[in-house]
Amino acid sequence: MKFAVIVFPGSNCDVDMFHAIGDELGEEVEYVWHDSESLAEYDGILLPGGFSYGDYLRTGAIARFSKVMKEVVKAAEAGKPVLGVCNGFQILLEAGLLPGAMRRNESLSFICKPVELEVENNRTIFTAEYEQGQTITIPVAHGEGNYYCDEETLAQLKDNNQIVFTYQENPNGSLANIAGITNEKGNVLGMMPHPERAVDELLGSADGLKLFQSIVKTWREAHVVNA
Amino acid sequence: MLLTLEPNPTQIKAEKLYQQMGLSDEEFTMIETILGRTPNYTETGLFSVMWSEHCSYKNSKPVLKKFPTTGERVLQGPGEGAGIVDIGDGQAVVFKIESHNHPSAIEPYQGAATGVGGIIRDVFSMGARPIALLNSLRFGELDSARVRYLFKEVVAGIAGYGNCIGIPTVGGEIQFDPCYEGNPLVNAMCVGLIDHNDIQKGQAHGLGNTVMYVGAKTGRDGIHGATFASEELTEQSDEKRPAVQVGDPFMEKLLLEACLELIQSNALVGIQDMGAAGLTSSSAEMASKAGMGIEMNLDLVPQRETGMTAYEMMLSESQERMLIVVKKGREPEIARLFEKYDLEAVAIGTVTDDKNLRLIHNGETVADVPVDALAEDAPVYQKPSQEPSYFQEFQAMEQEIPQVDDLKETLVKLLSQPTVASKEWVYEQYDHMVRTNTVVSPGSDAAVLRIRGTRKALAMTTDCNSRYVYLDPETGGKIAVAEAARNIICSGAEPLAITDNLNFGNPEKPEVFWQIEKAADGISEACRVLETPVIGGNVSLYNETSGTAIYPTPVIGMVGLVTDIDHITTQYFKNSGDLIYLVGETKPEFGGSELQKLLNGSISGKAPELTIELEKERQEQVLAAIRSGLVQSAHDLSEGGLAVALAECLFSSDTLGAEVSLNGNPVAALFSESQSRFLLSVKKEHQAEFESLVEAAFIGEVNDSATLRVLTNSESILEGSINELKAAWKGAIPCLLNSRD
Repeated sequence: MKFAVIVFPGSNCDVDMFHAIGDELGEEVEYVWHDSESLAEYDGILLPGGFSYGDYLRTGAIARFSKVMKEVVKAAEAGKPVLGVCNGFQILLEAGLLPGAMRRNESLSFICKPVELEVENNRTIFTAEYEQGQTITIPVAHGEGNYYCDEETLAQLKDNNQIVFTYQENPNGSLANIAGITNEKGNVLGMMPHPERAVDELLGSADGLKLFQSIVKTWREAHVVNA
Repeated sequence: MLLTLEPNPTQIKAEKLYQQMGLSDEEFTMIETILGRTPNYTETGLFSVMWSEHCSYKNSKPVLKKFPTTGERVLQGPGEGAGIVDIGDGQAVVFKIESHNHPSAIEPYQGAATGVGGIIRDVFSMGARPIALLNSLRFGELDSARVRYLFKEVVAGIAGYGNCIGIPTVGGEIQFDPCYEGNPLVNAMCVGLIDHNDIQKGQAHGLGNTVMYVGAKTGRDGIHGATFASEELTEQSDEKRPAVQVGDPFMEKLLLEACLELIQSNALVGIQDMGAAGLTSSSAEMASKAGMGIEMNLDLVPQRETGMTAYEMMLSESQERMLIVVKKGREPEIARLFEKYDLEAVAIGTVTDDKNLRLIHNGETVADVPVDALAEDAPVYQKPSQEPSYFQEFQAMEQEIPQVDDLKETLVKLLSQPTVASKEWVYEQYDHMVRTNTVVSPGSDAAVLRIRGTRKALAMTTDCNSRYVYLDPETGGKIAVAEAARNIICSGAEPLAITDNLNFGNPEKPEVFWQIEKAADGISEACRVLETPVIGGNVSLYNETSGTAIYPTPVIGMVGLVTDIDHITTQYFKNSGDLIYLVGETKPEFGGSELQKLLNGSISGKAPELTIELEKERQEQVLAAIRSGLVQSAHDLSEGGLAVALAECLFSSDTLGAEVSLNGNPVAALFSESQSRFLLSVKKEHQAEFESLVEAAFIGEVNDSATLRVLTNSESILEGSINELKAAWKGAIPCLLNSRD
């Protein structure tokens, strides 16, 4: 399986994502610059964290107009797995690939620490390797992770099981303790915590690895004959 | 042609306008002699910034000469953007610390943010990938609303810059004392990693080569920042707010990536950050170091504002700019490289062989001065030095053991002192994990980062207990280095080298200059014995408000090498049943201690003693035991002594406790700040092997009682639940920040 890590000006978790896939997961991975006009050769699309365009105007608001975002939308429509982490999640919201919006953390301060998440739905291509209801430890690092949507959208998210991860202790004030959601089809996941920072026990947790393994496993099952 | 209202040379001389720029009468006369004429306004400006203490070290040079700066591993000592130390396998570590004290006193968010931005540029201008940031901060007491504002904004500024650019802020230290109320200290350190082949120099070689300007445009911000940094803060300092620059970490992220791509190009000849004194220092220093000259056409400088004068452009300290020299004819490919990152790279001048800095503006030569005169020939002053009267007074004091009624209450109070208390409120605002190499996060003795693709790791710390330095600058200077080394050792690393930030008061006062000299003597001796040369640093003088100096604060930034990631050790106790050992003797030493400050509200007496050879011996024993796999946890004893250290070893768990038995006077045993001590825990099965390697006193065991219990003569003298101790320690700073007055 071949992954693209999209690099916007100001992305800074691109390297972490690249190493998580290349070194820990052992899959093929390439950086793709924000002005790229095709993602056809990639099977999975990763939007990393960081401060694309310096967070100017609004987080993700400028990046979503990058050339490559047209291709990300196409990939999502084609059913390819698309994962946006932190700033990547914010960009997916701005691009309309996921519902809702992001506000500044309730504390108004940036927060960086490991948090405990509950796996709310393990029947997605991103969570198949986790147990339903499992508690996993993954770090957050953001200033604007306070997820919000209207009541109707929240009801839809719940009805469709689109809420994939919730915080056990909410670090940012997000609605319904939401840490990560998918689109209705389930192939686009946006999450504030950084699974790519939790792929090696040496750094404190390897709980994020299963997320990437889930993507690869479900993709292989669908694409590789005699897998 | 713009009409400028700059004074002419005759006016500058007759009205002594140069004094407003910080030049003395003698210095102005020297400049006239060098030039053979009276300088014009722009030239006077060039000299005033280059001859400021900040750029020329004119007052501190005689002191800096004392430092040992060489060693087997040193690839680059002081003099370039940052020092470089070999770590084997063709790799090297690059690091430097720098202050942004005065800007942060006036405009704390931007002052701190641009301090971080500046030190990062120093590191990547060497060709290194910045991998970590640290800092060392000093504030007044948090019961003042102004101090709380400064503290919050400085932390937010550091976070704002470091988080955005994506370099983890992994460590630091913060001390609170009334002497810093009007003059906080903000020292930022950056650590980078480089392959030997990629090491760059800031030199403008090659007649006819092209000088290019890259990065952000030049505006009117920060004009005379270096001069501002070289005078005392006064009530009028607020008027200098325009001398504080504004940072754009997004711009610097682009510049960083572009420059790291640039160093792989053989078109690059030299590169230097436009830091203090901006375009002036970068051009003059690059030319001077290469024995060349530079001619620049200022009309070509990318400008953010219209109508800027040559003086303004040359003295601007606008951020996120670099000056590079490239081979003639290769400019288009360099421009294309920067274009990828939406950055400008503009040819603004050429390398000449007349050793002059010549500036053209609007078709006229507006300055023509020898580069060596700017970069090398600043006068050096041997300032008068005099021992302050307080020193003998303090030395004559007997070591007295303070009267303490309730030992547990005292421990709780010590843990609640903001200098001792948990800094979680601070470091949770810093992204300390980005780039995914941080093995030991903030909170332990030193931060540790692995080096990807190797078994190696780097340990790093900043340290200085300025109370000791105030009481006894020489001993205090030694202790600062020794403590930094202890922190590195406790992490399982061998100390490599240091960078230092000498924060002192006004050097024109003989008592302050005496503090500088003595502290430098202490640092030098410790560095020689511990084999940690000084590979670079920064001097920040004139840290005074309304005539009162800060405590002398020579901050030590140290980096150590972990030769195998299996050696990485933290301060936290790991398992119930492990044995607890204390390395080093405890004497009744309370001068400058946290307990003394708590009880008296002030400090006095002698600083703790330090025998540096003994320190080295113990450090070597502890490191040998760690490398043999015999040590579960290691913690250096510092502020608050053994009691605080024991509590800190227990704060990462909710279930572990400890019971220890101590001899002698309980107050001294628990709270003395005697130096060269370590607290280690060891598995029972390793007892014999450990004791054969390390001279240490067995004092107790880790258990699962979630309680810290201390006995003397089999009687309990202190018992506290970890929950209660931890609550005091964790809650102190958030609680103080929420207070109103």
